[in-house]
Amino acid sequence: MSVTTLPSPALAQRQPNWLVRLFDYKPFLIMMCLAPAIGLLTVFLTYPLGLGIWLAFTDTTIGQRGSYVGLENFQYLLTDSLWWNAVFYSVVYTAIATFGKFALGFWLALLLNNHFPFKSVLRAIILLPWIVPTVLSALAFWWIYDPQFSIISYLLVDVLHWRSDNIDFLGSPWPARFSLIAANIWRGIPFVAISLLAGLQTISPSLYEAAMLDGASAWQRFRYITFPMMMPILAIVMTFSIIFTFTDFQLVYAITRGGPGNSTHLLATLAFQRGIAGGELGEGAAIAVSMIPFLVFATLFSYFGLARRKWQQGESND
Amino acid sequence: MTDTVAQAAVADAKAAPDTMAWDSGLRRLMMIYLPLGCFVLILLFPFYWMAITSFKPNAELMNYKEHNPFWISSPTLAHIKHLLFNTAYPHWLWTTMLVAIGATTLSLIASTLAAYAIERLRFRGSPYVGLGIYLAYLVPPSILFIPLATVVVQFGLFDSPLALILVYPTFLVPFCTWLLIGYFKSIPYELEECALVDGATRLQILRRITLPLAVPGLISAGIFSFTLSWNEFIYALAFIQSGANKTVPVAILTELVTGDVYQWGALMAGSLLGSLPVAIFYSLFVDYYVSSLTGAVKE
Repeated sequence: MSVTTLPSPALAQRQPNWLVRLFDYKPFLIMMCLAPAIGLLTVFLTYPLGLGIWLAFTDTTIGQRGSYVGLENFQYLLTDSLWWNAVFYSVVYTAIATFGKFALGFWLALLLNNHFPFKSVLRAIILLPWIVPTVLSALAFWWIYDPQFSIISYLLVDVLHWRSDNIDFLGSPWPARFSLIAANIWRGIPFVAISLLAGLQTISPSLYEAAMLDGASAWQRFRYITFPMMMPILAIVMTFSIIFTFTDFQLVYAITRGGPGNSTHLLATLAFQRGIAGGELGEGAAIAVSMIPFLVFATLFSYFGLARRKWQQGESND
Repeated sequence: MTDTVAQAAVADAKAAPDTMAWDSGLRRLMMIYLPLGCFVLILLFPFYWMAITSFKPNAELMNYKEHNPFWISSPTLAHIKHLLFNTAYPHWLWTTMLVAIGATTLSLIASTLAAYAIERLRFRGSPYVGLGIYLAYLVPPSILFIPLATVVVQFGLFDSPLALILVYPTFLVPFCTWLLIGYFKSIPYELEECALVDGATRLQILRRITLPLAVPGLISAGIFSFTLSWNEFIYALAFIQSGANKTVPVAILTELVTGDVYQWGALMAGSLLGSLPVAIFYSLFVDYYVSSLTGAVKE
C-alpha cells in the first residue's frame, strides 16, 4: 500500500501497520466486534437475571443488604392469597387476550391478504396502535372507561338506548378484568395481523390453484393449506405474544394499578408493588422469579415450532 | 318454439354473469370491506378520542347532553398551552428524545458489529452466540427490573437518564442483531471476497462494502430501536425518581395524574403530544417498519 512509500519515521510507519494487522487478525477482530454487545448483555441482562434469582432467596429491602433465607419468600407466596390471585389473573389474562388477538389478528391478516385499493395505506394505519406508546394509548382507554363520561356508555345509553345506566368498567373486579383484556387485545391485533400477513404472502398461489382443481372448498383450502403452512410462523408469533402478555405491566399499571381491591394485579405489577413501591426487594424478586417457569414453557413451545419449520423446509436455517 | 327456448337460454346465460358479478360484489362488500371497516374504526377510535379530547374545552368535556361528544363546537388550545407552559413537559420530551437517541446509537453500533462477526466472520460457535443473543430477547423486562434497579444503584446511576441509555440496549441489541444478521445474509459474499483479494482489510470491507449495502437494514433497526426506547415504561418508572428526569410516558402517568379529579384534557393532550414524534417518524418510514417487523419474525 501507499503507506510504505511515505517518507515518515520508521516508528510512525510501523504503528499503523501493526494496528491494522491486529485488527485484521480474525480472532482479535471477532472478539472486538462481539465485545460491545456481549458486554452490555452480560452486565445488564445476564448478571441481573442471576442477581434476581439470588435476591429471591434473600430478605433484601431497599437500603439494606439482605441475608440468605432459603425458600422462605416462596413459602410465603404460596400462602399469600394476593399472589394466587395474580397468578390466576395472569393466566386468565394471557389465555383470553392471546386467543382474542390471534383470532382477530388472523382474520384481519386474511382480510388484508385480498386485493383492494389503498392497501398499503390501510396496512400502515392498522399498525398505529402498536407504534404509539402503550401507556399513552392506555390513558386513552382509561378515559374511554371513565365511570361517568365513558363514550361507550354514552353510545349504549343515550344513542342506542340499549341500557338504562352507565357501565362501571373499572369499579368492580370482573368488568375491570375484562376491560383490561379488551385493551390488551386492541393493542395486540396489529402486531399479530401484520406478522401473519407476511406469512400468508409466502404461501404459493399454485397450492390454492391445485386444491381448487381438485375441488376443495374455501374452508378446506384454509384448513389444509393456509393453516398448516402458517403453523411455524404462528408458533413463533404466539410464543412472543404469550411471553409479553404474561409479563405485561404497562396496561394494568396505567389503567387500574391493580385495583379495584387488588383484583387486577398481574404478577409483574404485584412484583413492582412489593419490590419497588413497597421496598421489599427480596419478595418482589421472588414474585418475578415465579414467572420464569411459565416463560420456559412458552420458549419450549417456540423451540418445537422452529424445529418443525426446519423439517418442513428441508434445509438448515441458522 | 325451439327459438324461444334458445333465446331464453341465451337470456339466462346473459343474466347469470350479471347476477354473479352482483353477488360477488355484495359478497366482497360483506366479507371484506365491512369487517375491514370495523377493524379500522375500532383500531383508530382511541386515537380519535384522544385527539378530540385534547382540543375540547372543559365545559364540553363533561357535558354530553348539550354537546355532541364526537365533535368539538369550540376548539381550544388551553390544554396544550397548560402542558407546555405550566408543566415540565418540554423538558420531559427533551429527556425522552435524548434517551431514545442515545440508546439507539449505542445499540446500533453494538449490534452491527455483533451481527457482522456472527454472520460474516464465521467462527466456531457463531450459531450459538447468535442463539444466545436471540434467547436474550425472550427475557422480558418485567423479571429484570428489580435486580436491575439494584445494579443501577450500585453503579451510582439511579435517577439519571444515562441509566436508561445503558439499560435499553438489553432489549434493543438482540432485536437489532437478528434483523441485521438477516440483512447481512442477503448481501452476496462474493463482494467481500473480491475486496479481500484486492487487499482490503476486514474493517475496510465492513465500512466500505457491507455497511453501505446494509443501509436499509440499519434504518429499520434504528427506527425500531428509537420507537421501542421512546415507548419503554417499566425501567423508566423504576429507575427515575425526580420529576425533571422522567420520560414522557412515565411523567404523564405520575406527574399529571394528580388528585381525585383527573384533568382529562391535559392528560389526553399530553398523550397526543407524546405519541406524535413516533407517529411522524412512523409515517416517514412505514415500509421499513413493516419489513423489520416481518423480517424479525421470519428470521
